[in-house]
Amino acid sequence: MTGDDALSGPLMSPPDIDDRAIADHVPRLRRYATALVGNRSDADDLVQDCVEKALANRHALRDPSKLGGWLMTILHNLHVSSQRGRRRRGAEVPVEDLADDLALSAPPADRGAVRDFARAFAQLSDEHRTILLLTGMEGLSYREVAEVLELPIGTVMSRLARAREKLRVLLDGGTQQVVRRIK
Amino acid sequence: MSGTRNPVTEAELHAWLDGELPEERLADVERHLADHPEIAQRFERYRAQRAMLGQCFGPLIDQPLPDRLTPPFTAREHPDPAPSRWNVSRWGRGALWGTAVAASLLVFVAGATSGWVLRDRMAGAGEPPTAAFIADAVAAHRVFSVEVRHPVEIGVEEEAHLVNWLSKRLGKTMRCPKVTRGGYQLIGGRLLADSVGPVALYMYEDAAGRRITLYIRPAPNTSGSAFRFAQDGGVRALYWQDNGLALAVTGELDRDTLSGVAEEVYGALNS
Repeated sequence: MTGDDALSGPLMSPPDIDDRAIADHVPRLRRYATALVGNRSDADDLVQDCVEKALANRHALRDPSKLGGWLMTILHNLHVSSQRGRRRRGAEVPVEDLADDLALSAPPADRGAVRDFARAFAQLSDEHRTILLLTGMEGLSYREVAEVLELPIGTVMSRLARAREKLRVLLDGGTQQVVRRIK
Repeated sequence: MSGTRNPVTEAELHAWLDGELPEERLADVERHLADHPEIAQRFERYRAQRAMLGQCFGPLIDQPLPDRLTPPFTAREHPDPAPSRWNVSRWGRGALWGTAVAASLLVFVAGATSGWVLRDRMAGAGEPPTAAFIADAVAAHRVFSVEVRHPVEIGVEEEAHLVNWLSKRLGKTMRCPKVTRGGYQLIGGRLLADSVGPVALYMYEDAAGRRITLYIRPAPNTSGSAFRFAQDGGVRALYWQDNGLALAVTGELDRDTLSGVAEEVYGALNS
């Protein structure tokens, strides 16, 4: 307990986001970005851009407790715009290297499963990877995901249902359950 | 049929999986799943996907950071998503860093795996829980103990429901201590899936917010075993087999405290 947050002076504006506050989120942003783009160097570029953009716009964040979600939104938007450029250029992403690295860091008995999973995951669309990572790995609630992606909550839920089913078919084979309406 | 009055929707099934289902719909959804094994099976696959997501990508959070991602950061005064001069220099740095990471990853991996294997062998005869079991328990600990909003699927306020549900899914009655002498309080638990089947994960927290996890997998046809100790970085685990279950207590704490907690869990399960 420091107890000085209320005593440090009457602040008219919220305290500034500093480097340390952002640095606390970097490992998580980086994990998310790596799983999303499928290779480390592009992920690090994305996180660096995200940190720089956040610092340049630090006064735009009114509620410091929302820093995590705000950083995620910035990263998401940067990724979406970089993908537009990439699609035009037709660059390819080396996902195999990452799948092999991830398999190496798994216990020997699970290596095959981890490699297969990473490959299948990489075949999903960006939208589907995003939604699965935010819910399944980052543990965000549907509402938080809706805020990060700036989407209606119903869209979040139907996209999640489709993403899960798509991944299931990629992993298990078989026919895809058609998810049209989920309500 | 259970669903005629208030049919269970696909959205509710996903909400159930994600712990977002309102309490009053829990019984309807669970009955729906019991009545429709093919749907239940599909959602088990989704649950396994989610566990795999954590196992596959979770360890990435421990990777050492490159200088450019550690403070002090340099802020650009005029935010500009992708000026072309940046692309050139950034690619260069990215490639270099990629090589550095690949090298450090190999070292980390070699250290970690040989550590588990060595300890497993040293543990000697009998049927010790495998290295894979410890790795799963440690991975689950790493993924879930850092959760701020959703550390558990069902909180301790529904303890009876939690214990009944997990006992039913694991096919084994499990009592776990609510408070340990070291001051760790049960905050709740969740159902996970691993390659063998369902797994129960209970989470405890102390006054300082430190968390430990209890990872329990059914292990039929195995005899009991002594406590064994494993360590990966700052995370330590004590694991054993007892009464048809394989168990691991995992946390970032010293070995003595960990042993104390494990003894209490052992005691509670055999009371």
